[in-house]
Amino acid sequence: MTDLSVSSLIDAVEQADSPERLIQAVQSLAAARSELSIPTLIRALGFNNPAAAAAAVQGLIEMGSPAVRPLLDSLDDYNYGARAWSIRALVTIADPEALAVLQAAAAHDFAPSVRRAATKGLGALRWSLLPLSQQVAAQRSAADILLTVTQDTDWSLRYAAVVGLQALGLAAVQPTLRTQIVDALQQLAETESDLAVHARVRRAMVQLADVLSRDRDLDNLPLLP
Amino acid sequence: MESFEPQDRSPSDEAAAALTVEQAVANLTHSDLSLRYYAAWWLGKFRVKDSAAVAALVAALEDESDRTELGGYPLRRNAARALGKLGDRRAVPGLTQCLMCEDFYVREAAAQSLGMLADASCIPALLPLLHGGLAAAQSVPGRPHLAQPYEAVMEALGMLAAGTDWQAEAIALIRPFLEHPVERVQYAASRAMYQLTNEPQYGDRLIQALSADDINLRRVALSDLGAVGYLPAADAIATAAAENSFKLFSLKGLLERQVDPSRSDLSADAVRLMDLMDRLL
Repeated sequence: MTDLSVSSLIDAVEQADSPERLIQAVQSLAAARSELSIPTLIRALGFNNPAAAAAAVQGLIEMGSPAVRPLLDSLDDYNYGARAWSIRALVTIADPEALAVLQAAAAHDFAPSVRRAATKGLGALRWSLLPLSQQVAAQRSAADILLTVTQDTDWSLRYAAVVGLQALGLAAVQPTLRTQIVDALQQLAETESDLAVHARVRRAMVQLADVLSRDRDLDNLPLLP
Repeated sequence: MESFEPQDRSPSDEAAAALTVEQAVANLTHSDLSLRYYAAWWLGKFRVKDSAAVAALVAALEDESDRTELGGYPLRRNAARALGKLGDRRAVPGLTQCLMCEDFYVREAAAQSLGMLADASCIPALLPLLHGGLAAAQSVPGRPHLAQPYEAVMEALGMLAAGTDWQAEAIALIRPFLEHPVERVQYAASRAMYQLTNEPQYGDRLIQALSADDINLRRVALSDLGAVGYLPAADAIATAAAENSFKLFSLKGLLERQVDPSRSDLSADAVRLMDLMDRLL
C-alpha cells in the first residue's frame, strides 16, 4: 500500500460524519497495516465508539512492537475508556517496553477489569525482546508487583496475579526467581481463603513443578553467562 | 441483590465518618433518625458480628419512628439487610416476623437475609408469600414492584427448602412462576427449581436466558448460573454477550462446586473452568 493511499484512509477516519462511517473507516485503516496509521488508530481509541475502538485495537495489535512506543507516549490519563483500550493493546502486544505502564495499571488503575488484564499481562511479556542482561531485572520487577497484587482484597485480582505468576515462573531466566515464585505460591496455598483462587494456586504449582525439577537437574550448570 | 427504592436515603459523605462498633450500636437509638439509618447500614457493611450489634439490629426491626411518606420503614429495611450479612441465627425469628410487614422493601430484605442465614425454620412463613400464584403476582399500581418480593422469596426457598418437609410444597408453589411475564421472576423460579429438583431443564432455561436481548437480563442469568453452579453452562457463560467481570464471577460459582480443598488433585472440569476464567482476565 502506498503512503498516498494510507493518507486517504486516514482522511476518511478524520472526515467520518456518522458512527457507521467511522467504524468502516477505522476498519479499512487498520487493514492497511501501515505504520503511518498508528497515530490515527490511537486517536480512534478515544472516540467513545466501542466498535471503532475494537477495530483500532486489533489494527494496533497486528502492528506489534512499532505501536508500543506511540501507545505509551499517548496514554490518556483523563479518558478512562481510551486508556483501557490502550492497556489491552499493550497487554496483547506483550512488548516488555510496556513493563512500567503495566505495573502501574496492575497496581492502581481505577477499573478492576484493566487491573486484571494488566496483572495477567505482566507475567506474559515477551522477555526475549530484551537484551539478556536486562531480562533478569525486568522479570524481578514484574514479580514484585504480582506478589503485591496477590494480597489484594479483590479475589479476581488475586486470581489474575496467580495466573501472572505462573507465566512468569515458567518464563523466568533465573532459577532463583522461579523458586521464589513457587515459595510464594506455596505460602498462598496455606493462607488463601477463597476457594477459586486457592484452586488456581494449586494449578499454578502443578504447572511449575515440572520446570522446577528440571532446574534441579541443571543445578550444577551455569545458566547465565 | 439490592433493590432500588427512590425513598431510600443514601448515607451522605459527611455521615460516612468513621464509627466505632459502640457508637454504631448506640446510634441505632439516636434521636437523629438519619444516624440510626446509617448505623444499621454500617454494621452490615463492616460485618460487625458483635452480639450487642445483632441484638440492637433485631430491636430495630420493630422500629416505629422512622417512616417514609408512603408508610415505609427505612430503618427496618436496613436492619433486615444488615442482619443477613452478620450470619447470626438469633435474627431469624425477628426477620421471619418482617415477612408480614406492610412495607414491601422490608419483606424483600427479610427474605433475602433469611436465605443467607441458612435456617429452615422460616420456610412456613416464606411459602404464603407465593400463595395466589400468577394471578396474585401483579404489579402494584403506582409502585415499581409486584405484590410480593417473589424473586427474593423463591431465591430463599431454593437455598433453604431442599431436603426439608416443605420441599414438595415449595416446588408446587414455585413452578407456576416459570411462566411469569417478568423475565427476572422466571429466572428466579428456574434457579430455585434447579436447586430443589436438580433437573437440568431448569439450568438449561438459565442458559437460554444468556441470549436475552437485554444485557441486564443476561447479567441476572449469569449471576443465577453462578449461584447454582450449573456446570453444563460453562461454555455458554464464557461466550455470553456480557462484560468479562460478570462472566468471571459466574464461572467462579461453577468452579467452587468442582474443587475439594481436602483432595490433592484438581478435577478435569475444574481445570477446564480455570482455562475459561484465565481467558477472561
